[in-house]
Amino acid sequence: MFSLEQISKHYGEVVALDDVTLGFGVGTVSAIVGSSGSGKSTLLRLLLGLQWPDHGRIRVEGQLLERSIRLAIRRRIGYVIQEGGLFPHLTVRDNLALLPRHLGWSRERIDARAHELAALMELPESVLRRYPTELSGGQQQRVALMRALMTDPPALLMDEPLGALDPLVRAELQERLQQLFVSLRKTVLLVTHDLGEAAFLASRIVLIHDGRVAQDGSAADLYQRPADEFVRRFVAAQRIRPAGAP
Amino acid sequence: MSSCADSSPHSAFGRPARLDAVPSLIRHLCTLRLRRTRRGRALVLGSLALTLALSPLAGSAADAAGRPARVGSKNFTESVILAELLRLDAERHELTLQHERALGGSAILWRALLEGSIDVYPEYVGTLTQELLHGLPQPVMERELTRALYARGLAASAPLGFEDRYALGVPEALAARLRLRTISDLSAHPELRYALSNEFMNRADGWPGLLRTYGLAPRTLRGMEHTLAYRALAAGAADVVDLYTTDPEIEAYHISVLADDRHYFPSYQAVWLYRLDAAARWPALLPTFDDLAGHISEPAMRRMNAAAQLEQRDETAVAAAFLAQLHLASSTAAHGAATTVPGGRESAAATEAGESSAIAITHQLAARTREHLALVGISLALALMVGLPLGIAAAKLPTFGRFVLAVSVVLQTVPTLAMLVFMIPLFGIGATPAIATLFLYSLLPIVRNTLTGLTTIPAPLQESAASLGLPEHVRLLRIELPLAARTIVAGISTAAVINVGTATLGALIGAGGYGEPILTGIRLNNLPLILAGAVPAALLALLVMGLFQLLERWLTPRGLRASHEG
Repeated sequence: MFSLEQISKHYGEVVALDDVTLGFGVGTVSAIVGSSGSGKSTLLRLLLGLQWPDHGRIRVEGQLLERSIRLAIRRRIGYVIQEGGLFPHLTVRDNLALLPRHLGWSRERIDARAHELAALMELPESVLRRYPTELSGGQQQRVALMRALMTDPPALLMDEPLGALDPLVRAELQERLQQLFVSLRKTVLLVTHDLGEAAFLASRIVLIHDGRVAQDGSAADLYQRPADEFVRRFVAAQRIRPAGAP
Repeated sequence: MSSCADSSPHSAFGRPARLDAVPSLIRHLCTLRLRRTRRGRALVLGSLALTLALSPLAGSAADAAGRPARVGSKNFTESVILAELLRLDAERHELTLQHERALGGSAILWRALLEGSIDVYPEYVGTLTQELLHGLPQPVMERELTRALYARGLAASAPLGFEDRYALGVPEALAARLRLRTISDLSAHPELRYALSNEFMNRADGWPGLLRTYGLAPRTLRGMEHTLAYRALAAGAADVVDLYTTDPEIEAYHISVLADDRHYFPSYQAVWLYRLDAAARWPALLPTFDDLAGHISEPAMRRMNAAAQLEQRDETAVAAAFLAQLHLASSTAAHGAATTVPGGRESAAATEAGESSAIAITHQLAARTREHLALVGISLALALMVGLPLGIAAAKLPTFGRFVLAVSVVLQTVPTLAMLVFMIPLFGIGATPAIATLFLYSLLPIVRNTLTGLTTIPAPLQESAASLGLPEHVRLLRIELPLAARTIVAGISTAAVINVGTATLGALIGAGGYGEPILTGIRLNNLPLILAGAVPAALLALLVMGLFQLLERWLTPRGLRASHEG
């Protein structure tokens, strides 16, 4: 679904990504993990064409990502960010309807899809008539996910989607996401700094440090065979045992 | 005799303190006034200045022993030069005069003289008979004038030799072509365009009477600021202006002064107006008056005005040069009675002095409102059509944005009066140049707020908007502009309110509106007249602000309101 070839990205003196080569297959769920400022969010923005690499090439579904096709690429990808990014001047329903309306969907089709997703996200239908500021943090993130899924894109990029939520809501949503990832069969890239969350939701973990891939493998690999001293310390700092780990 | 200035419609000039209550709009206007307001009565600014100027001057002449005699002057060049002439000449008589320079308009000087804050100042007989001694039966005879002054402890000297009268002027070329020599000749040419000073149009001894006396029926008639009227004439935007017979512009702009063949305009002989107790206390004053009496001719005065105004020479130097020539050329003529006063000329219009009052103002209010709304509405609509796209472009293209913002800031710093002057050669006079000016002033708030509104959308929202895959124009219309709407409407509202205020200055170039009574009122120090323009303007500003608040409320969806309240 996605491939990055020798990608480098600098912000002035700061190196966000340094010669990174990665591939993400269709239908896989991967977590990008790393400490703050390690370049993991940059990776998602590059895939969406919101930023452009200094060096290297990116392919989405085999197509070389270029400015001319960035809108088409963005429509193949659902994107969810930490703060939800819901537009406060629009109701939930209108937030959901933004892209479908532009694509010429009928009102009935939009409403049917909205109701379908509300059920999927276990939200009451009354939520659709509310404004984002009238929702709880957890509800807002569910709506953000609904918006990302509206046109049923093949890929889902999530940047710390649960980062701002309290632990109970967070755990509940983690459960929901896990079920969704299994049932929806989408290519998912999840950025998080929480290794436990990554291990719980993703089958593959890419640990990024100082713009480079420190280790790329399963949770068990990271715990049992850390590639270097940084990985060992990062894993130890999380104080969590992965499912199935001894 | 007690029916003097205090009971006249202009009684407010006697109480400068009350003028503090005048809305700041008017004070703003005052700071923009031109250097010369000539025979106009006190300016509001002048009265404020006088309050300050007089505060250190303790009490009346009687109790201030040993202080020098004081000569005052009005706030225009001619008056300052005359006062300097008197001061310099007094030195020849070993009399030291202190010159209180450019205090304000006639009303201010008159008041200062009555209170003993000054002892003498140059005045025009017409101003005395038509304005300052308002209660006198018309026509004012010499004997009555002397008596009226005497009752106040004042007297007037022999005439200085020149008159500073109102007159009408046309460009010399036009005069030659149409064979215009007298004002009567104008009645055959109703197609000529008149640009008259607002004060002249409203004075009892000005336009209304002139119209009747000569049966003029011009098709185009505009009220303007006096100096700007000259500019309009020079630019070919007007054919006939009113003028003062000692204006240096008459020669500078090659203007032909039309003869007042029906003797309509009252006499405006220049005299020294002084306190009788001062003449007793400083005996050298009267011989000094005699030195100058009859020696300052109209051309001589015009030359001195030109030297000071057009050549920018110092008034003292101008006065000194004139005195040197005078004393070189002649021995002083021994003039007789210093209290001789030329008779006030009969003036039909003067009897209707109080006419231009409440009724006329009420009748004009609707027209003024229409004019004002047109100025504000049209300029604002144009500014929206240009400012919004500019603001959007500025937000999308940072380099262009900085350029646009810099230009609108620079435009904002151009003083209104200067802007109006620039507009005359481009658009002539009337509403068009005023609308152009207001349009330019409206750009900054609209462009800046559009730019600010669009660029301060929170980063997560910008990122979400971008990631959806919507084309640029859809993002702009459905997401960015609605999110920026509050800020943009606030900018439009600012522009509109500023426009309501600034549009009052349109009256300077004949655009009409609420500015006409305000400007005239300021020149005549007529508070009711000022308020007749200022109050509706203030109300309109409040109304506009209220409407925009409603609009903002209506434009702001529930979601945004909640986010701002929560």
